[in-house]
Amino acid sequence: MKLSPLNQRRWRNFRRNKRAFWSLIIFSILFGLSLFAEVIANEKPILVQYRGEYFTPFRSFYPETAFGGDFRTEAEYRDIEVQCLIISGGLEECFDDPEDVIEDAQDGEVAGSDIEKGWILTAPIPYSYNTVNDIDGTAPSPPDGDHWLGTDNAARDVLARVIYGFRLSILFTLIVTLASSVIGIIAGAIQGYFGGRTDLIFQRVLEIWGATPNLYVIIIMFAILGRSFWLLVFLSILFGWPALVGVVRAEFLRARNFEYVRAARALGVSNWTIMFRHMLPNAMVATLTILPFIITGTIGALASLDFLGFGLPASAPSLGELTLQAKQNLQAPWLAFTAFFTFAIMLSLLVFIFEGVRDAFDPRKVFQ
Amino acid sequence: MALDMKTEPLVRVQNLKMHFPIYGGLLQRKVGDVKAVDGISFDIYEGETLGLVGESGCGKSTVGRAVLRLYDITDGAIRIDGDDIATADAGKLRSMRPLMQMIFQDPQASLNPRMTVADIIAEPLREHVKMSKIEREDRVLELMDQVGLNKEFANRYPHEFSGGQRQRIGIARALALNPKFIVCDEPIAALDVSIQAQVVNLLEELQDRLGLTYLFISHDLSMVRHIADRVAVMYLGQIAELAPRAELYEAPLHPYTQALLSAVPEPDPNIEEQVERIILTGDVPSPSNPPQGCNFCTRCPQVMEICKTVEPQFQEVQPGRFVACHLHQIAENAASEAHKSIQQGEIT
Repeated sequence: MKLSPLNQRRWRNFRRNKRAFWSLIIFSILFGLSLFAEVIANEKPILVQYRGEYFTPFRSFYPETAFGGDFRTEAEYRDIEVQCLIISGGLEECFDDPEDVIEDAQDGEVAGSDIEKGWILTAPIPYSYNTVNDIDGTAPSPPDGDHWLGTDNAARDVLARVIYGFRLSILFTLIVTLASSVIGIIAGAIQGYFGGRTDLIFQRVLEIWGATPNLYVIIIMFAILGRSFWLLVFLSILFGWPALVGVVRAEFLRARNFEYVRAARALGVSNWTIMFRHMLPNAMVATLTILPFIITGTIGALASLDFLGFGLPASAPSLGELTLQAKQNLQAPWLAFTAFFTFAIMLSLLVFIFEGVRDAFDPRKVFQ
Repeated sequence: MALDMKTEPLVRVQNLKMHFPIYGGLLQRKVGDVKAVDGISFDIYEGETLGLVGESGCGKSTVGRAVLRLYDITDGAIRIDGDDIATADAGKLRSMRPLMQMIFQDPQASLNPRMTVADIIAEPLREHVKMSKIEREDRVLELMDQVGLNKEFANRYPHEFSGGQRQRIGIARALALNPKFIVCDEPIAALDVSIQAQVVNLLEELQDRLGLTYLFISHDLSMVRHIADRVAVMYLGQIAELAPRAELYEAPLHPYTQALLSAVPEPDPNIEEQVERIILTGDVPSPSNPPQGCNFCTRCPQVMEICKTVEPQFQEVQPGRFVACHLHQIAENAASEAHKSIQQGEIT
């Protein structure tokens, strides 16, 4: 893909901003890794070889019978019996004395007879966000060799929850910001471009819409329809899009009287084309200035809803819920520190990146 | 030359009015109008150039834009090539756009700085004509050739060009759809004198080659004299005088035209000394509150009593010559005759 000279210059300017550029790299790595959270933190193995066949339990369902067990339910890979069945190739002895059989199977034969030896490749963090672990003592348990960041009050691994929670926060924010920006830009463009009565009516509608108590609506809707990620996304977009309207509208009100916009109208160019080919590029800088605030605001909104207990379902890996647990368990400071540093790093990286983007788009900014 | 073309005119404007409302007070109620254009009529015949002159703020550009319906006009009728422009809805208007185009005053401002020359010229083609990418590129290069732009500049941006070259881009864009009628809204006002001649010559050459019809808006009297077949003189939203070029420049009838023409600089210093200048006193009245009677009565050196009460008719006083002035009003009613006797000439 070849960039236009203008975009090339913007990219150069962005790269010259070291803080923004490194923030982008670090953020991309973190977000890229978190997209593969199922491979990084999962109670189910990534790859299993059983009797010469390969299985990928982390994304597929295999009943225990597939490995020579008794149940038709999904195999419990953390059970030593199941592990024994896989390694020994489905020997009956596993139900009696699995530890010994596993030890015996290391050399390729059990009790003198050959077996088809299998193996299990587990995830680096062998717990998922909703795995309830067996721990010594009471939950929340402090960090140790198994649980690097400790466990929360339901004995779930904090590190796994942070990885999944980070992904959820970012995805939520990206979806909400993208959708509400698109709607907001279109709405603002229509108001600014047509002006007059359209503008007047639209502004009044927006004032009424903006005065709706959105937290109240979210609580009511959750009560009726049940909590879910996509419902929260929908409601956040519903109340988020007016944020950009004002700025875009102002830019379009200014740009509609530009001579080349008039020229385009005299040429008979359609309204839609004029708005988005001739006018939107002018509104882009102002839009990009607002965008970081929307993004950090959305992350904050999700976290505070979860903190208040009005957000995602309780089982969801949520950073807000982690913060709430930290408040309820002041004797377990690892929860508070984890929540704090996760938010601080995530928000700082995003702010630095968008600061760089905005500066790169600003034609008045002079770079050395 | 235009006189013997007594066929149906290409453009016919009748009683065109363009009023911009003024809102004021606590409730933003309409408190008045800026009468930018207040009842003007003219015809333009196919292949001719009508010059439209007048001082700043007299409504010249508003006429140009209103004729192409870039504004929603207050009143009047506009017919271009037999089609009614004044009442056409948005869709119909868009389909008629290829017929009529405009060249803008400021070539810097009228070209989108973020688009390449090829994109700018191709834009009307993209909007109105179905053609393949290669055909369109060919047409763009042909147009660039026609207006004297080097084809190698197709991928450059407007800011990389000089003023004259930019105006050529604007002209190429206006020509892209093979229009019949082009409104030139002060196309040379923003250019250096040396470049002005180039652009005007280009416009004339294109007119000859493509049979274009121009409405040429300008405040440069000598340039209008050069390019126009007929000339309309505007004052405060109305046409004071409309006449073939030669007659108008040699024997202007309206006192305003006389004053305007006497202000044209004379290159020969010997003649310059002898030229008697008519210097108008006072300022142009506000178009939101024009004087009663004749619009020019507050500054006219030959003002009469009747001028302050009765608005003069815009009528043909000699074949092809229209003027709106009581001095030349055909003796229709006795009242005007009676007023003539108390004429108060104040030539300064």
